[in-house]
Amino acid sequence: MIDKIVPAATALIDMRNISIAFGGIRAVDDASIDLFPGEVVALLGHNGAGKSTLIKILSGAYKRDAGQIFVNGQEASISNPRDAKKYGIETIYQTLALADNVDAAANLFLGRELMTAWGTLDDVAMEAEARKVMGRLNPRFQRFKEPVIKLSGGQRQSVAIARAILFNARILIMDEPTAALGPQETAQVGELVKQLKSDGIGIFLISHDIHDVFELADRVCVMKNGQVVGTARTTDVTQDEVLGMIILGRCPPGAIPGPGALKIAA
Amino acid sequence: MTDTTSNPQADTARASELGAVARFLKATEIDTRMLGMVGALLIIWIGLHVISSLRLGVNPLDFDSRTFLTPRNLWNLSVQTSAVAIMACGMVLVIVMRNIDLSVGSAEGLIGMVMGFAQVHFLVRFVGLELGNPWIWVLALVIGLALGLLIGAFQGFVIAYLEVPAFIVTLGGLLVWRGAAWWVTSGQTVAPLDATFQLMGGGPAGSIGATWSWVGGIVACLAVGFALFNGRVQRKRFRFPLRPIWAETLLGVVTCAVIMGAVWLANSYPWPIGIVNRYATANNITIPEGGLFIAHGIAIPVLMAIAVGLVMTFITNRTRFGRYVFAIGGNPEAANLAGINTRWVTMKVFMIMGVLATIAAAISSARQNSATNVLGTLDELLVIAAAVIGGTSLAGGSGTIIGAMLGALLMQSLQSGMVLLGVDSPLQSIVVGAVLVIAVWLDTVYRKRV
Repeated sequence: MIDKIVPAATALIDMRNISIAFGGIRAVDDASIDLFPGEVVALLGHNGAGKSTLIKILSGAYKRDAGQIFVNGQEASISNPRDAKKYGIETIYQTLALADNVDAAANLFLGRELMTAWGTLDDVAMEAEARKVMGRLNPRFQRFKEPVIKLSGGQRQSVAIARAILFNARILIMDEPTAALGPQETAQVGELVKQLKSDGIGIFLISHDIHDVFELADRVCVMKNGQVVGTARTTDVTQDEVLGMIILGRCPPGAIPGPGALKIAA
Repeated sequence: MTDTTSNPQADTARASELGAVARFLKATEIDTRMLGMVGALLIIWIGLHVISSLRLGVNPLDFDSRTFLTPRNLWNLSVQTSAVAIMACGMVLVIVMRNIDLSVGSAEGLIGMVMGFAQVHFLVRFVGLELGNPWIWVLALVIGLALGLLIGAFQGFVIAYLEVPAFIVTLGGLLVWRGAAWWVTSGQTVAPLDATFQLMGGGPAGSIGATWSWVGGIVACLAVGFALFNGRVQRKRFRFPLRPIWAETLLGVVTCAVIMGAVWLANSYPWPIGIVNRYATANNITIPEGGLFIAHGIAIPVLMAIAVGLVMTFITNRTRFGRYVFAIGGNPEAANLAGINTRWVTMKVFMIMGVLATIAAAISSARQNSATNVLGTLDELLVIAAAVIGGTSLAGGSGTIIGAMLGALLMQSLQSGMVLLGVDSPLQSIVVGAVLVIAVWLDTVYRKRV
């Protein structure tokens, strides 16, 4: 029991006392969260609880006002998306963040294009790679020449996922990865998460589906009003207790309370 | 009864016909939009030709020398199109990135004045080069290119880093650069320009002659053949679907026929008699009976436009920068999250626009053999119209260089055709304006259906 609470390995990601404010609103307030290799940590909370904002600080989309980020125990300076990618942090955004007017291969390699010896785009090589990775995720996908705006929601999602796993990510952030998917595709994503986990990749999962979370995640971290309510192993808490954390901010005995936990003394 | 049987028959017949067209387009991988533009251009050309023939009371098939489809008219059309076509290439990138540049005409005017002033006054009087010194045109052009780059960089910086909307920045530029163009010489016209510089404007001297035109045409055809072959090899290497051989052959043959046809046209337009006579006396050639036929060949400004078109097509399709321009146009936020430095790309696009405005300024001032402060007035609208008619979406994210160049040719065809028909200039403006709106409306309809 003890060795579970104090893991032996160094944390893959350790975000400490992160704060960010937009105008007068403290979207994330003194939040701390960590992630270990081969672990899935689910971030839960209402809309506007600060989950996506916290995660966008890690992926470099927002610049934090205060706090530190450690990657493998080393302090990391992440101030834009390129920095985050350098540390092996890949993100699947809720909006997918695809350039709608170019094809799947161009999206997969956006910002990291394969070049020929002449310094020109190597489209054939990129398409060949794209066919490989898409074949793994979505074997029936054939529409490589079309702009991604013409693809279905599920196909677009698989393009976004393929882009994240293409570059040997060590840390994967999935913001509502199954929001646009049907049951079968959702199951596929679940399989993928388990497979990536066994490869030692750490995953932050943002989801509204509490069943999904209990099936895939090792730990949950609940946020409310920009603060962390508490963190718990999924084996130590029930789904109802987690719902209580989300709705009331009440921290159950199985969880480690954060600064946002309801003060029971009152 | 007959009705019910004939209807399905008609439908199947039409379906198979459509199927054949669709199969043809699929096999050749021709963009239907591009095909539509070429069709529109041909209709305009043939229409203008028939109208101009009927006005003169001659048979359109006689190709009378005063009608539209004559070597002389088409050659002039090609020269007139060059400057706008060159700037339209840059405007494609600007509009693809969801920006606009209203200042290109004024920038062209200012740069033209500065280059004119440099070669006629500055380099001669202050630097001390003799008139006719071969360095003059080079230095004038370098000064112009530096100025164009600077103007573009400045506007791009304000748009990308200070986040002032492009519409406002370039609207300001429209006024500022036009005013500055007047200031260079207090409104005085600068003329005549350096003799070598003038070659960029076309004319008998500014054309490469029959032999070199044929050579150029053959080289271009070989390049087309090589490109098709190379594309096929690449696709084979990665086991991608290949075009059928007949489609490849057809594409190659049609492209080469168009190239050689254009060369033939340019080589069918002779020098004017006066210039031939002067040339003959200068070179001690006795003029044979029936006159000496010296062909213009392809004009230098047209070659410059083709070169710009090729370079810009290469940049948009084959470089990282071009890919980023389109990705940013498609979804700026996604491009940013993918780690693209969107501000720097924006600034670079405006710098390219500035350089292209310089090339256009060189061509148009050389063509007039003078630099005036009204050079390029209203060119911004022609350039934007060319890009938009050529299929560049104002919503951003889509557009092609070749389309914009065809759009420029289409606009110029209408304009010079109307001059040929003697249409009053106010009516010309009305027609051009109406055509622009109709073209964009048709494009909207097309985009909804496809």
